[in-house]
Amino acid sequence: MKQFINSNLLSKENRRNSFRVIPIVEIILLLLLLVTPLFVSDFLTIIVTRMLILCIFAISFDLCWGFAGILTFGQALFFGMAGYAVALFANKLGFVQLWGIIPIGIIVGFIISFLLAWFLLLGKRAPEIIFIALGTLTAGYAAERLVAGWYWAGGGNGMSIYDFLKVGQFEIEPGVLFYYISASLLLIVYLVSRYLVRSQFGLVLAGIRQNENRLSYLGYKVQTYKAIVFCFSGAIAGLAGALYAHHEGFIGPGSMGIVLSTYVVLYGLFGGAGTLLGPIIGVIAIESIKFTLSDIDAFKSYWPVLLGIILLVVVVYKPTGLLGFIVSQRERIGSFGLIRRDVSDDKSIQKNENGVS
Amino acid sequence: MKLLEINKVRKNFGVLCALDDVSVSVNANTFHGLIGPNGSGKSTLLSIIAGAHYADNGSVVFDKNDITKTSPEIRARKGLSLKFQITAILPELSTYDNLLLSIQSSQSIWKLISSKSKGILHDKIMDALERFKLADRADTLAGELSHGLQQWLEIAMSVIREPKLLLLDEPTGGMSPEERRATGELLMPIKKTCTLIIVEHDLDFIKDICDNLTVLDQGKIVDTGTVEQIKLSKKVQEVYTTRV
Repeated sequence: MKQFINSNLLSKENRRNSFRVIPIVEIILLLLLLVTPLFVSDFLTIIVTRMLILCIFAISFDLCWGFAGILTFGQALFFGMAGYAVALFANKLGFVQLWGIIPIGIIVGFIISFLLAWFLLLGKRAPEIIFIALGTLTAGYAAERLVAGWYWAGGGNGMSIYDFLKVGQFEIEPGVLFYYISASLLLIVYLVSRYLVRSQFGLVLAGIRQNENRLSYLGYKVQTYKAIVFCFSGAIAGLAGALYAHHEGFIGPGSMGIVLSTYVVLYGLFGGAGTLLGPIIGVIAIESIKFTLSDIDAFKSYWPVLLGIILLVVVVYKPTGLLGFIVSQRERIGSFGLIRRDVSDDKSIQKNENGVS
Repeated sequence: MKLLEINKVRKNFGVLCALDDVSVSVNANTFHGLIGPNGSGKSTLLSIIAGAHYADNGSVVFDKNDITKTSPEIRARKGLSLKFQITAILPELSTYDNLLLSIQSSQSIWKLISSKSKGILHDKIMDALERFKLADRADTLAGELSHGLQQWLEIAMSVIREPKLLLLDEPTGGMSPEERRATGELLMPIKKTCTLIIVEHDLDFIKDICDNLTVLDQGKIVDTGTVEQIKLSKKVQEVYTTRV
């Protein structure tokens, strides 16, 4: 097999830093994903399933902010719109088939994000980061207000979905089966996203994050790349929203507004943006803390304050998030052009270091 | 054959007139230097050619295409490449990845997603790394390179794209005399395939590598011609004795 780099091209420091933590974390999380329902109660399985759906949602934010540098404060718009779409399909048309609900969520998320990208990202001039942040925030808020006043869609009370998700005539109730469907979809979303951000397309995104002006002078249409990521992330958020609505049996205006959009930002920042794994860890950590604190009598009234303080400390003092404690900046950004050396290369490095040619 | 024609370009920044009816022609496969005192408009002219600023009046014609109002990425796709005055490498990417990113800009998005182009371009990148003395730093983060090597990396990023016209804004800024000499040696071989416009304060360096020079002062052209003609130009001598 062709080697992409000679061993002597690797600097000493990089050889020392070649130990990678992310694959280990990936394996641990994958094992946890597979076995969790075997060790927890049915009630906790439902709670963890909700977390998995939120993990899909959090990955969609990370693609935008962590990889493409798009600060979106309206990610819940795609989530909520897709949730409402599948709720309307269920209540108005009686359609609750899994094979249809997933594409509906993806398509709705994609269409809404495409329309927003067209307006915010694909103008004549490159938009300022604050313009995108405020644009997405405003769009989310406007949509939340709109559905809250729309009687046909349940108004401020939202919509309940009375039928369970189905495959043919088989009903999928929230529980172990729903867990494994959500887990499979999370795994697919993670793997597809990982492939994208580690491809040469991901190299362009890494360049955009560091200096998008420079990328323009290299001939890259920066806004087109951003719009692609924005739409892809919108589709993923839509998938999460569709699953969420059926899992909870309910969708309300709050699921597309500022509160959920802020939560998804916190998942990313708390866990570690720009890693795909960070937001997953963020969801697990924040939702677990929330669940635990809200169950303790002494904290029942104060848990949001406590959670806020914990989040503030991490976000201010560790901008790379929880994952930043164990993953180096170099590993986080990754390498796009060089294949790591094999064992024979290691030997030649040792020879060179000893002065033996 | 004329590769670049700048016709009566004017640029104002508020009340300041940075360029005043400037016209310059650059022939293909020549090295053209822009010199002049600080604030004479050299970098502004280079920015207008690259698309960082747009001219208020006049036109910029590159390879028979009017590019006066086109965006930087379209100019880059037409074969124009810029090395910034302040080094603009991607510091958190490796040296190799900086070059890989630079060379892949003409690839389709689908090819980038499928990563098909990476293997094909490897030899070309390795050649550039060897040529610019960066081979033993291939896997080093670009931000960890010395200033001189960062400058070379940025020149390599421009050269590897095989542009028709390369714009260099002070490529030897902050370099030692030895590094400047080496930079000149690195640039000379590209003359066969590329046209160069260079802004530089080091007159010895620019005289050594350029065929033609244009001297600017206060946004206007003082004189233009071959290096020998400029050396003998009284108008230029006047500018450099009275203003520098």
